[in-house]
Amino acid sequence: MNPQHPRISQASIAVHNGELSFGSRKLWSELDLTIQQGEYFAVLGPNGSGKSTFLKVVLGLTQLNSGSISVLGSPAKTGNPGVGYIPQQRPLPTNAPLRARDFVGLGIDGHKWGIRVGNKKQNAVIDQLLEAVGATEYAKVPIGLLSGGEQQRLRIAQALANDPQILLADEALLSLDLNHQYAVSDLIHRYNKEKNATVVFVTHEINPIIDHVDRVLYLANGRFTVGTVEEVMRSEVLSDLYQTQVTVIRTNGRYVVVGGDANAPLDISAGDITHPHCSDHGLGSTYAEREIRA
Amino acid sequence: MIHLIVALTASEFWSKIFVFDRYGELVQLLSQSILAGAVLGVIGGFVGMFVMMRDHAFAVHGIAEMSFAGAALFLLLGFDVVTGSLVGSIASAILIGLLGVKRSESNSVIGALMPFGLGLGILFLSMYEGRANNKFSLLTGQIVSVDDSQLLEMIIGAVIVVAALTLVWRPLTFASLDPEVARAKGVPLRALSLLFMVILGIAVALSVQVVGSLLVLALLITPSAAALQVTSSPLKALIFSVLFAEISMVGGMLLALAGSLPISPYVTTISFIIYVLCRIVAGVRGRHSASGRGETQPQKIAA
Ligand SMILES: Nc1ncnc2c1ncn2[C@@H]1O[C@H](COP(=O)(O)OP(=O)(O)OP(=O)(O)O)[C@@H](O)[C@H]1O
Ligand SMILES: [Mg+2]
Repeated sequence: MNPQHPRISQASIAVHNGELSFGSRKLWSELDLTIQQGEYFAVLGPNGSGKSTFLKVVLGLTQLNSGSISVLGSPAKTGNPGVGYIPQQRPLPTNAPLRARDFVGLGIDGHKWGIRVGNKKQNAVIDQLLEAVGATEYAKVPIGLLSGGEQQRLRIAQALANDPQILLADEALLSLDLNHQYAVSDLIHRYNKEKNATVVFVTHEINPIIDHVDRVLYLANGRFTVGTVEEVMRSEVLSDLYQTQVTVIRTNGRYVVVGGDANAPLDISAGDITHPHCSDHGLGSTYAEREIRA
Repeated sequence: MIHLIVALTASEFWSKIFVFDRYGELVQLLSQSILAGAVLGVIGGFVGMFVMMRDHAFAVHGIAEMSFAGAALFLLLGFDVVTGSLVGSIASAILIGLLGVKRSESNSVIGALMPFGLGLGILFLSMYEGRANNKFSLLTGQIVSVDDSQLLEMIIGAVIVVAALTLVWRPLTFASLDPEVARAKGVPLRALSLLFMVILGIAVALSVQVVGSLLVLALLITPSAAALQVTSSPLKALIFSVLFAEISMVGGMLLALAGSLPISPYVTTISFIIYVLCRIVAGVRGRHSASGRGETQPQKIAA
């Protein structure tokens, strides 16, 4: 379903024999993974499986316990201008003297010394970004007064502000309404195609982005599987990963994952990743309709 | 009869608060001190912005108590009081910065440090046998005639504070709002937070000289808190914050010259009134404006 990239491939993120654990808790080990430049890469898995931590390793915020990781050709480190980051949602402080557009501006030059002086070119870029995430209407509203979804859209605009070659998105669609889920996933997809940017998208719900995804990293219980959506989203593969009976149902190109054995301790996490109800009559169908109209 | 007594005590009360005899002369005599107050207003307005953004009000209070302890110790030992208060506040600021990396941790560090500082200060003061007046003023502030070298000291302090804050303005804002993303972007969180604590230490030590350690909050927090009620434009917030600090500080000093009370009640009252007014403005505005939004109609979802 996803066209393979005809371009010359070049490693964007490469992990060699990576291991990550906190104390005696091992999140994953022996991870060998090369993500090509321009690839749209999804990271799936239950709560606590280490998805966000994987992004933090790429960002240089967390160090691997062993193994190595290179990002855009050099070891992962903070302050890499080629990387944009949309963090997992956390509310912004309520009384900050900053309006929506100032917040997006931090993505351009928030790390530089001094005070920002208004600059025409930057303002144009900020306007464009606000427009792209549908935030023009609240550009001048203090960030503390915005709703969770409105703040989330600003984070997306902020992450794209520097034209990063790699975009790391942690649950970027969470708490967005259907319209904005569609708009934002389309925006990220277009960014991926037009700029040949790598996208690493952490999510619990693969259906909204399923048509864009090239490959998937599925983490669970200290193990992982890498492959295309068709390769990974199969009952045998996920059952093997979770080490319990898991059934993957595919309807209309959408996936529903159902944990099999109700008594199995892992069942909860299996159910958790999928929100079968959500995909059944919520998002999935709306998506299908939208695509037909488009 | 009763009326007369009430009237008498009332007028006595007012004459304690406001005495305008030979006011012009006094102002002239203490023009240096008033200038020093104006310098403090600038410091308070600048530093307060980040105290608010970083949620450091409690730290200001803790540092002020340690500053008091330092000043009291130096007074006892016969050294310069200003230096003592600088030593106390910068040392405690760095300690808070180092021990309390997370906000919740730093609050417990401050909670442990503050009573200890106050206790030490009281101990040193009770051992001191000099003029009693000196003791009290460390806590509640005073207007002394500031000489040239003291004024110069304050101006140098203000230049350092303002220059340092201007230099780190953007990354410090970023780090205060969204630490993780800022760190991912290469903002050195730890170094910035330590630097800010040192700046805060200097600001507190300078303010303690005039408003006293118990009431430093009125200068370092209230004006910025008031400013943030009425604007969220970064530049306007800073301008209002400095302006409010100036009005409280200089206004409070001019009034204090006319009375026989310490300076701090005047400064704190003015700054509190400004804060209340700003809250009222914010409340009224919140009910009648769109807080900067364009169209306020909810968008229709295309079916
Ligand atoms: N600094 C840390 N110290 C100790 N444990 C940590 C640390 N950071 C993360 N962990 C643990 O690592 C595990 C993975 O965390 P992570 O945030 O990567 O999960 P996730 O897959 O993103 O989950 P979710 O779906 O809930 O977002 C969690 O169990 C968490 O408690
Ligand atoms: Mg996560």
